[in-house]
Amino acid sequence: MIPSAFEYHRPADVKSAVGILQAQGDEARVLAGGHSLIPMMKLRMAAVTHLVDLQDIAELKAVSIAEGKVTIGAMVTQHMLIDNARLAASVPLLREAALQIADPQVRYCGTIGGNIANGDPANDMPGLMQCLDATLGLAGPNGTRNVKARDFYEGAYVTACEDDELVVSVTFDVPKGGHAYEKQKRKIGDYATAACAALIEMDGGTCRSASIAMTNLSDTPIWSRSAGAALTGTRCDTEDIASAVTAALANINPTEDNRGPVAFKMHVAGIVIKRAITRAIASA
Amino acid sequence: MNDQTPTRVERSAKLKGLGVSRKRVEDVRFTQGKGNYVDDIKMPGMLFGDFVRSPYAHARIKSINIDAAMALPGVIAVLTAKDLEPLGLHWMPTLAGDKQMVLADGKVLFQGQEVAFVVAENRYINADAIDLVEVEYEELPVLTDAKVAMAPDAPVLREDLAGQESGAHGKRKHHNHIFLWEIGDEAATDEVIANADVVAEETVYYHRTHPCPLETCGCVASMDKVNGKLTLFGTFQAPHVVRTVASLLSGIEEHNIRVVSPDIGGGFGNKVGVYPGYVCSIVASIVTGRPVKWVEDRMDNLMATAFARDYWMKGRISATKDGRITGLHCHVTADHGAFDACADPTKFPAGFMSICTGSYDIPVAYLGVDGVYTNKAPGGVSYRCSFRVTEAAYFIERMIEVLAIKLNMDAAELRRINFIRKEQFPYDSALGWEYDSGDYHTAWEKALKAVDYDGLRKEQAERVAAFKRGETRKLLGVGLSFFTEIVGAGPVKNCDILGMGMFDSCEIRIHPTGSAIARLGTISQGQGHATTFAQILASEIGISADSITIEEGDTDTAPYGLGTYGSRSTPVAGAAAAMAGRKIRAKAQMIAAYLLEVHDGDLEWDIDRFVVKGAPEQFKTMTEIAYASYHQEIPGVEPGLEAVSYYDPPNMTYPFGAYICVMEIDVDTGVHEIRHFYALDDCGTRINPMIIEGQVHGGATEAYAIAMGQELAYDEIGNVKTGTLMDFFLPTSWETPTYTTDFTETPSPHHPIGAKGVGESPNVGGVPAFSNAVHDAFRPFGLKQSHMPHDQWRIWTIANDLGLHG
Repeated sequence: MIPSAFEYHRPADVKSAVGILQAQGDEARVLAGGHSLIPMMKLRMAAVTHLVDLQDIAELKAVSIAEGKVTIGAMVTQHMLIDNARLAASVPLLREAALQIADPQVRYCGTIGGNIANGDPANDMPGLMQCLDATLGLAGPNGTRNVKARDFYEGAYVTACEDDELVVSVTFDVPKGGHAYEKQKRKIGDYATAACAALIEMDGGTCRSASIAMTNLSDTPIWSRSAGAALTGTRCDTEDIASAVTAALANINPTEDNRGPVAFKMHVAGIVIKRAITRAIASA
Repeated sequence: MNDQTPTRVERSAKLKGLGVSRKRVEDVRFTQGKGNYVDDIKMPGMLFGDFVRSPYAHARIKSINIDAAMALPGVIAVLTAKDLEPLGLHWMPTLAGDKQMVLADGKVLFQGQEVAFVVAENRYINADAIDLVEVEYEELPVLTDAKVAMAPDAPVLREDLAGQESGAHGKRKHHNHIFLWEIGDEAATDEVIANADVVAEETVYYHRTHPCPLETCGCVASMDKVNGKLTLFGTFQAPHVVRTVASLLSGIEEHNIRVVSPDIGGGFGNKVGVYPGYVCSIVASIVTGRPVKWVEDRMDNLMATAFARDYWMKGRISATKDGRITGLHCHVTADHGAFDACADPTKFPAGFMSICTGSYDIPVAYLGVDGVYTNKAPGGVSYRCSFRVTEAAYFIERMIEVLAIKLNMDAAELRRINFIRKEQFPYDSALGWEYDSGDYHTAWEKALKAVDYDGLRKEQAERVAAFKRGETRKLLGVGLSFFTEIVGAGPVKNCDILGMGMFDSCEIRIHPTGSAIARLGTISQGQGHATTFAQILASEIGISADSITIEEGDTDTAPYGLGTYGSRSTPVAGAAAAMAGRKIRAKAQMIAAYLLEVHDGDLEWDIDRFVVKGAPEQFKTMTEIAYASYHQEIPGVEPGLEAVSYYDPPNMTYPFGAYICVMEIDVDTGVHEIRHFYALDDCGTRINPMIIEGQVHGGATEAYAIAMGQELAYDEIGNVKTGTLMDFFLPTSWETPTYTTDFTETPSPHHPIGAKGVGESPNVGGVPAFSNAVHDAFRPFGLKQSHMPHDQWRIWTIANDLGLHG
């Protein structure tokens, strides 16, 4: 459990960080909270020659809520998400989900940016960002470009982020309506067996919009356009919810692991999605 | 007496003796991070050792090339079997009479097996050097299922045993067979079962798991070539045994070996055995002349050190129509892994599995255990239980449930009508044990009443009806468990480890001003010996427990003893402490008689002093006596006040208890919730109720983990699937149930203070309680048996197989 030797960098601003990435290419990795990367380095499953620690970059720790838009810096920890009263009031879904990530000690270190950028299908924030239709800010040599969270994930640990780029922020509209994040896991600290984020806006008993995203049920997070469509415009009765669940399940492709076989995961996914949708409607 | 004299109540309270919930004296340092564990030990010039381990479960080693590793600056040595062979140390004897490779000799037999030992200036260099050792393997077919391992054409695992038709425990009937151990009358048992009104049959698997102590195994070996002394600090549950074994293996005289167990961060059986890391560290220290530290990481610990359980138990139990049990037949296929390194008393290759008749008056029984080699790590230790007692308790408590189903009878009632009755003790069991004392009916009634058993059954019936009406998706299970343990190994006449009798010891020295130090042959790994042994002594010698230092674990100072495992410390060393205390008191009585100018017989002991009978104002306190013993000439009496006792127990002790678990199960997700867990323990005389409660909480939590998710799982090619704490289930405080503890107190008739031991009861009794709760929830839908661990997907599978998902 000891990593190979590496060069440690600690830039004070994004520009310097990008400069190091540009100079070192794929031998460099950025370090946010370290709860994914450092265990991989210790197991020698990740070979990192240059480690670029982002903790001194103050500009990455800001949270702003203005004109209906929320922007969160990549180095904002899960704990800060939970602790920020304005954020909790504007985006209660985020707080609810963050509280289901690992345990308090991990949440003091783990960051929203790290959770998003690592491309681990088991991480909770990617599905959540897809549910919120967030835009990710990627800083690179040519400045910052925007990529939709729904377009960011290409495969397990493979994302749209280039070797010389880093995720600096997420931005999304303050969501309207009801919400829920349902997660089944084996224990505190475990990844999801199945998890689902739901945002549902109701208008006089009719669903105006619905956004459904799932975690750890495929090699990327899955936002189910068809599940949302199955609810939109309906009264969200039992049959409508069942259709949405069926639609969502058609989009996922879980694999067997120690959490259980595929049939179990599909069944649990159905339950979790249904519970998330039902609860989101109830709070809409 | 004047008003300043403390009352008897005050004097007694000051002692903090038996029965007092004295706070743990150890916790002052542990809670402040001031413990001293093996990895805290730093010595000048110390090197670090670590292993190149096999990625394969079964492979031939074609070559090992250490050149690149040796070329790395800071690497001092790389040891392979070839280097150990001239010393005769490439293999070592196991505690079970088998032998085990220290470093892979021609082949590897399990994933994580030790292949080469790299010694370097620091851990970082070591880790890099391990990557540079080139080992060429040729993969061989892998056996991970003990039942398949006995197939006629199964691959040969132990080529070193070719042609050996018998082993340490008798005849081998197959090339992957280790022993068949039988006890009881099989013919008579078969006959009873063949003619019985009712017979229930079931195969009960107790899966492979691991003790997983917070601190992994490790040691620091330091050979001082100038004075010829070897010092070995290590995570040893039996330091004296390690010293003797080290002496026998190395040829170094025992007086030149000092073994020290410092603070130990949990053992649970994992730290009883002798591991290749110890041998390699000693050799490396001898070779380099420098201290060598070896400490496992978590994955090493889970993959390569001693596992627990892995018993396939096939049972038949017979009864009369009205539920009187008439016979029990049990056959076990025991998966011992690649080497038979079980830590059991030598004459008991399946430990005390023969306690499998449990708490019931079963007239005739048979047990046969086939030990089998597979491509899994060796071990087979008693994970917080006396030797294989958890397997036995789980087996009988499942068989009782299966029989209750067959009889269509309430399982609590079936237990009640078959318990050994109070007046039958001492009770001779069909498989040869003499149960010392018990009152099972009283404990059972108390437990059933405490949880409102009848109310629970009513609620459960209502729940089943509601479930069938589609009003709920949650079921309710009531898990019953009544266990009898067999602990305190043990009488030297039948209990030894490698010929070392399983007595234990205590040495007491009273200081002139009335405080004391006591040393014992055991070693605490969290049990709180420094607290509780002082309490035993306080009550025996009248000195406050706060004024008694307890020391263990240093073989240069502590008296010889067999260590701490199998709940043996209180039954054996605790008895030695009481007996040594009584020797102190006997001498003190002579001194007091002289000082008070009366005859010995005219004195009586009163809490902390000897008092002249009929004249309570005339007395000498133990403090006064201690001072006089050193500083006053007492004719005919040697100066000083010391005593030593080596205690060979006349029998085991038999703690028992009644555990009941109430569990809610979500049929759709497999998620469970423990609504109530009630644990009644009868451990005889209770030394420290707070520590007992803590032990019950800890042991029940391990039981919860084992029953509900903890597993050492292997894939078909022998890869360990649960090699990290992400997958190997250790409950956090969040998952851990809350417990209600209770007790009855039935003293052991043969133990000096009537104590029986408690540390392992909650693991033994807890596992069946949790597992039976799962089974009980599904009993109304036809479930008979489902194997642990009952994690979410397995519970979901039960529901799915029973058609409950519609």
